[in-house]
Amino acid sequence: MAARAVEPAVVVSSAIETRALRKVYRTPPPGMASRGKAAGPVEIVALDALDLQVRSGELFGLLGPNGAGKTTTIGILTTRVRATSGAAFVAGVDVVTDGVAVKQRIGVVPQRPNPDRSLTILENLVFHAAYFGIPRPDATRKATELLGAIGIGDRGGAKVDQLSGGQQQRLMIARALIHDPEILFLDEPTVGLDPQARLDLWDLLRRMHAEGRTIVLTTHYMEEADRLCERVAIVDRGRLLACDTPRALKARAPGGTLIELTLEGEATGAIEQARGYPGVLRADAQGRVLSVYAERPGEVLAQLMRGLEGSGRAVHDIHLAPPSLETLFISLTGRKLE
Amino acid sequence: MRAPVPATTVFRALLARDLRVVRREIVSFLVRTTLQPLLFVVVFGFLLPKMGFVQRGYGAALLPGILGISQALSSLQAVALPMIADFGWTREIEDRLLAPVPIRLVAAEKVVAGVIQGLVAALFVLPVARLIMGPIEALNFAHAGTLLGITLLGSLAFSTLGLWMGTGIPPQQIGLMFGVIVAPMIFLGCAYYPWQGLTPLPVLKYAVLVNPLVFVAEGMRGALTPALPHMPWWLIVAALLAMSAALWTMGIRTFERKAVS
Repeated sequence: MAARAVEPAVVVSSAIETRALRKVYRTPPPGMASRGKAAGPVEIVALDALDLQVRSGELFGLLGPNGAGKTTTIGILTTRVRATSGAAFVAGVDVVTDGVAVKQRIGVVPQRPNPDRSLTILENLVFHAAYFGIPRPDATRKATELLGAIGIGDRGGAKVDQLSGGQQQRLMIARALIHDPEILFLDEPTVGLDPQARLDLWDLLRRMHAEGRTIVLTTHYMEEADRLCERVAIVDRGRLLACDTPRALKARAPGGTLIELTLEGEATGAIEQARGYPGVLRADAQGRVLSVYAERPGEVLAQLMRGLEGSGRAVHDIHLAPPSLETLFISLTGRKLE
Repeated sequence: MRAPVPATTVFRALLARDLRVVRREIVSFLVRTTLQPLLFVVVFGFLLPKMGFVQRGYGAALLPGILGISQALSSLQAVALPMIADFGWTREIEDRLLAPVPIRLVAAEKVVAGVIQGLVAALFVLPVARLIMGPIEALNFAHAGTLLGITLLGSLAFSTLGLWMGTGIPPQQIGLMFGVIVAPMIFLGCAYYPWQGLTPLPVLKYAVLVNPLVFVAEGMRGALTPALPHMPWWLIVAALLAMSAALWTMGIRTFERKAVS
């Protein structure tokens, strides 16, 4: 304890650290069964040498499309998935060698609410507290407080099934908080929530963060990462593509608005033509989609349409996106987030 | 830094949760696990003797086996059914896997809860069966301690079997496996006839020894009706201990494979 105080601050301030973290599933993990190739043993590289650092007290987001390795990352950090190689530390504790000590310091909100349906709402919290050695009177008081904070203070004796999806999600957050963890993990916490419930959840998370807790969440919603998180790691296919504040990341996005044109045929041939127009910063193609980054989108779009039609390329669909984490993701991977 | 939570505290909390759920669902629990054996008692211990199709003494041979089946089904289902649901689709056990203890303690707690439920089922069936069958001359309650010991050992064997079946069998095949494993286990478990009775069929007599119910039923017979033929005690105890150990070893492997991907 005494030695801890004189350690350099930089060591103490790292809540999570992973080094070359790798996970290969021999058989398809749950929910990915349909993605496996033909019959025979399938190897899926869910994580490929991921290096990550989350500072203490940070609200940190892992942004990426489905299958990027976000859930696997959370799974390893919460001791529920065994890493194939590499190292991971949570609150300075090695996840592999001391899972029990890690579990004592974390709270986990799963992707899909999994309350204990054999218990009442209040019991869900009180028993979870008991698993962490919290005496019953303390647990009951804390549980009642938390139920009030998530807006279902009067429903403690009811069955879990009587709660809406959003309420169950908040119950999962209350459960993850009842033992007062240092670090809170949330896996896609707002999937399936209506817009109001999502905003309410953001408020709740901001309050948790204001109390000084480290929060790590995964999301495939660009807006959620942008508006909620202090720092965002963009991951795709098990690799870290970029990690910074949303502002810095957006500054890295190719300037201008992204104009995506879906053509009738292969779009590669139209790249040179598009680059020729004034105001075009960059042009790429993938399949039938021509991606053009432009300063003055209205003007450029009109020129592009005329030019493409003139050279016999029919345009089937148009999509405009202002500079964002989404346009950065597209420029890094050539694919969309969702 | 917080002090680690003692594993015994966590274990007690996990057990308290399971017992709370059992208490809440006690009626459906007793119906689920004891209705079938009790119906057997009604038919073979009451109706058939009354009609004269079965000798009166059959009740004495039947009751120990019925007790064995009740506790076997209770312990097996108490562990296996929630695990199939938990690992198959609900993932409800996740909050317990996140408790600050090694996950094998969570499995051990499930087994202990299964033993307790086997004990409860046996305690419920014994007086009810005795009531339906009427006085049985050969029945001997002098060995209550032995009876308790056999009940505990038998429940342990079936709880560990439940752990293995609940985690080792793919959820899609669980209906089939219950049909293929549980039904033959009950009917070839020497519950409705003493093991000695199989002597004219030596192949069957030794083949059924893979079935833990044989030893439970024989043990019950030894405790309740010591005058009737039964296996030697050392064999019953050794077999149940060895089977429990083997099933735990197999079950904990499949449990850990399901719990940590």
